Amino acid sequence: MKYMLLIHGASEKCTTDDWVAYGRALQDAGVYVGSAPLADDSLTTTVRVSDGGETVVTDGPFAEAHEVLGGYYIIDVPDLDAASDWAARCPGARFGGRMVVRPIVEFP
Amino acid sequence: MTGDVNASVEAIFREERGRLLAALVRRFGDLDLAEEVTSEAIEAALIRWPVDGVPASPGAWLMTTARRRAVDRLRRDQTYAARLALLQVEADRAGPPVVDGVLPDERLRLFFTCSHPALPEADRGALTLRYLAGLTTAEVARAYLVPVETMAKRLVRAKKKISGARIPFRVPDVRELPARLPGVLRAIYSIFTEGYAASAGPDLVRHDLAEEALRLARILHRLLPGEREVTGLLALMLLTHARRAARTGPDGGLVLLEDQDRSLWDRAMIDEGEPLVVAALTGGPPGPYGVQAAIAALHDEEPTDWPQIVSLYDVLRSLTPSPVVDLNRAVAVAMRDGPEAGLALLDDLAGEPRLRGLHVFPAARGELLRRLGRPAEAAHAFREALELVGSEPERRHLRARLDEVGG
Amino acid sequence: MKYMLLIYSGGAAGDFEAWMDYDKSVKEAGVYVSGESLTDVAQATTVRVDGTERVVTDGPFAEAREVLGGYYVLDVPDRETALDWAARCPGSWEGGAVVLRECEVF
Repeated sequence: MKYMLLIHGASEKCTTDDWVAYGRALQDAGVYVGSAPLADDSLTTTVRVSDGGETVVTDGPFAEAHEVLGGYYIIDVPDLDAASDWAARCPGARFGGRMVVRPIVEFP
Repeated sequence: MTGDVNASVEAIFREERGRLLAALVRRFGDLDLAEEVTSEAIEAALIRWPVDGVPASPGAWLMTTARRRAVDRLRRDQTYAARLALLQVEADRAGPPVVDGVLPDERLRLFFTCSHPALPEADRGALTLRYLAGLTTAEVARAYLVPVETMAKRLVRAKKKISGARIPFRVPDVRELPARLPGVLRAIYSIFTEGYAASAGPDLVRHDLAEEALRLARILHRLLPGEREVTGLLALMLLTHARRAARTGPDGGLVLLEDQDRSLWDRAMIDEGEPLVVAALTGGPPGPYGVQAAIAALHDEEPTDWPQIVSLYDVLRSLTPSPVVDLNRAVAVAMRDGPEAGLALLDDLAGEPRLRGLHVFPAARGELLRRLGRPAEAAHAFREALELVGSEPERRHLRARLDEVGG
Repeated sequence: MKYMLLIYSGGAAGDFEAWMDYDKSVKEAGVYVSGESLTDVAQATTVRVDGTERVVTDGPFAEAREVLGGYYVLDVPDRETALDWAARCPGSWEGGAVVLRECEVF
């Protein structure tokens, strides 16, 4: 089962070493599928296409989330307990940050 | 004759339902399928047993029947089977379903699944009642005083999360257990308090619910005999429930501890609970359920040892600080040192947001003011409590007190 | 430059075929890096670590009005091209929106 770990409000107290160690732990455990850190939210742009076919581009995020998505990991593990374990080990879960764990759709 | 068979069939189902469901969940890893074939096996038993007689090992009969139904179902629905990644469907059908006629007890896994932290807290008690106590959805709805459709929706949503997010059916390992066990205990205790405090409605105690909670705690205690907090929870509920008959008077009103007819207390329950308190408090630092059980045990003694109760509240306060614990401690202090001392402590709690909306705070204040001979203030407090109280017996009690102080 | 296209379509935008077409075109254009579709947000779980204590709760942490349904990471030369791909994505149609975010480069 694949899960996406969404990183929200990661603390600046987490060092680069923390992130590197975490990434290595995922790879060593053989559960790593993919990941991407995201650049600052000030660089965010929202795109919509109106019913008339017109593309509407606006500055900033679409949803007013309290904290901003900072990146993600995708892991492949047997169940939610294993996914939560990895989420809890991620630097993004510490110092007031949170990880949202969402199962990924598996197409037959 | 048929009546007898039906009665024993009912009793067996109640006992076996949760066990059967848990064993099937373990085997097939799917709550929906397990639930479906459990019901089918019970329906089959309702038809067969009155004709053939109750089999020698009813649990094994039910398990065999349920497994057969599951295998048939998976044969018919290959994609479903594939999703469950069943590799040994054939082997399972031929293999021994039950060892020595005894169903393996897999219920501990199910306890942890039903109380999983990734499920909404409000639904954990309901799931436990449904899947471990074997109540129907309608019975669970009645337990929580919500419409059946509402409860059905909540259960379906929770089940979807269990299968969709793949919440596992497993017992947490030793490292995780301290973090996970309190959730299971909280779910059981929430069923008990729901039955006991009866926040609304005509009865003070809804015995059926309190007894379901006791039954669940007994099962859990058998499964985890060495976990002192499980022992503590069982003891707490036994020692509280032992006083149930004395808690309401002939008029249906609440009777306070000191006015209770002690001959109505359930001696057998107290005798069962007391050694459990000792066990819960032996062999390590005390947990909150063990301490509350010890407090309940002291309430079951005569005369009530208030100084000891106050010290136990001090311990409880250090383990789980809460204004409700402070309130109970203040009442115990009033019993030990007199109402003046208790009232001073209560007044410190005034304005505490977590007590707002609870009738117990003004009710306790009113009682102490009454004892201090300050009827006008007592009447004011009782009136305030009456506006907040939900259960009828407590309302009666408060009204009687209000009349007494000339309100 | 890598961009992440975050899809907030509420599950309404575009039929299955439109998504398949889009998926095919990002792959054929050689810009596709990765992408996933997420299950119903009802199955989300939030994890945070408070000191050493792990706190697991049901649901997403913030009551966002719109919920992330999936994403693509694309490798394209510039923001304009990324915007084009965002507009071609069915998630930006029919009241949905695609949020474009640059991936951090180390």
